[in-house]
Amino acid sequence: MTENNRHVMPKFEPSKGLEFGIYTLGDHLPNPHTGKRISAEQRLKEIVEMAQLAEQAGIDVFQVGESHQDYFVTQSHLIVLAMVAQATNQIKITSGATIISTSDPVRVFEDAATIDLLSNGRMEIIAGRASRVGLFELLGYNLADYEQLFEEKFELLLKINENEVVDWAGEFRKPLKHAHVLPRPNNAAQGLPIWRAVGGSLDSAQKAGRLGVPMYQAHLGGPASVFKERIDLYRTTAQSSGHQADQLPVATGGFFYAHEDMMEAYRAYYPHINEGMKKTNGSGFPKQAFAQGQDYRSVINVGDPQLIVEKLLYQHELFGNQRYVGQLDFGGVSMDEIKRNITLIGERILPEIRKHTMKK
Amino acid sequence: MNILILSGSNIGSKTRVVAQYAYDSLTSRYGADHSLQFIDLKEKDLVFSDGRNYLDYQGDTAEVTQAIMSADVIIFASPIFQAAIPATLKNVFDLLPQNALQYKTCSIIMTAGSDKHYLIAEQQLKPILSYMKANVLPNYVFAVATDFDHGRIVNDDVHFRIEKLVEDTIVLARSYQQIWQDQEEQYGF
Repeated sequence: MTENNRHVMPKFEPSKGLEFGIYTLGDHLPNPHTGKRISAEQRLKEIVEMAQLAEQAGIDVFQVGESHQDYFVTQSHLIVLAMVAQATNQIKITSGATIISTSDPVRVFEDAATIDLLSNGRMEIIAGRASRVGLFELLGYNLADYEQLFEEKFELLLKINENEVVDWAGEFRKPLKHAHVLPRPNNAAQGLPIWRAVGGSLDSAQKAGRLGVPMYQAHLGGPASVFKERIDLYRTTAQSSGHQADQLPVATGGFFYAHEDMMEAYRAYYPHINEGMKKTNGSGFPKQAFAQGQDYRSVINVGDPQLIVEKLLYQHELFGNQRYVGQLDFGGVSMDEIKRNITLIGERILPEIRKHTMKK
Repeated sequence: MNILILSGSNIGSKTRVVAQYAYDSLTSRYGADHSLQFIDLKEKDLVFSDGRNYLDYQGDTAEVTQAIMSADVIIFASPIFQAAIPATLKNVFDLLPQNALQYKTCSIIMTAGSDKHYLIAEQQLKPILSYMKANVLPNYVFAVATDFDHGRIVNDDVHFRIEKLVEDTIVLARSYQQIWQDQEEQYGF
């Protein structure tokens, strides 16, 4: 991209406008409307089916995250993505997030590059620090090293991505001496787009800016303008660190649910979010905060197609983001509802978003 | 409602005594209709908070944090050490999420060696409870060393004040539960 930034950037086609994706964290929760939970086997297969449906509807990206706690099934998220790669042809695929802190960057690169080759160059990585931390003990790491582990391993992952032969020494794994990390993606940079995932902490956005890597900003609730502050901080930090901020892509992601009937969208999705958050995060989602989603300025993208289009365009204007990804399957949403949502996205939402955001 | 009485000291007897008195008063007056739980931090072995989600702790730390998170009403009893709430109790707050006390009604009983500490609850404990979004009973009970003898409360006024606090806490909690329920219903989903 710019001379002073050798990181591999994702490619966006301005003529297509804002990219739209869906993501799953691979949660495995009971459906609060029925109290029933499908098997892990069925859930994993439905995730792959969801990716196929997304592709058929013209959705641009499908993203799967890594979680190692109770009520999740995508511990091996890269294996799920390999299956998604096999089951689809066009849609971009990305991890989101890969917890690089508790994995070996060499292995993550090998796996992701393999998926990239098998999928004709559709693979990306979003690396994050984890919000729940049970995986540190499970995978043999010390939680006290939470921040250092991420920073060291993320930088090693970038180094492997940008250099076929790597010399490296650090604190958390044995040194690499002239290590030849293969296979290499089949593109000019021989690397993968690698994003930094950012949640609630401002310093994380700042660090992404300092490194000049693409930023993926997750958002739960609240006004969109709050997230604009983080994205602005990312861009100003990038600029003052010698990167060309206007060349750095931003993706945003959060809760999404569409229904022809506005109130039905809220009635249907709220129990999934509230009950699901109680089980996976220990606190429900306040109904009052969810109800504020009906204001176009709220970042909760739940409502009828018209409101969602209005929200996404407003957020796009605020954030200058290149990609939005929605989480529409959280908390035991049934496959029928997932299908209905994807159909609405394809028929009612994507055409409007593209019409208003495409550039010649 | 789930009602929790938390005795917040790891040493001494006064805090435990007032907490027990509040628990007994609650049991006799409201025990039939509500679920009551008593936790004395003196009997628990808690780790210091390291910022993780409370669900990721184990042992006593998991038990205490989960009891607080599942309570609708919490009465905090606390001593005063070095003109402040004790580290034991502050650690409990540090272990919890930022909005942990939202939609919970909380009240306070303080014990101290001296009247000079009367405003510690007002200036230190209430701001923490408010920050964590608790619905806090305005009045609190403050008892000093001379109100106790041989592990018993010997000042009738302290008995009366704790009984008033218990009653007011339940009135406030019941009222707000109804108000919050009405509020949620008006959202239409």
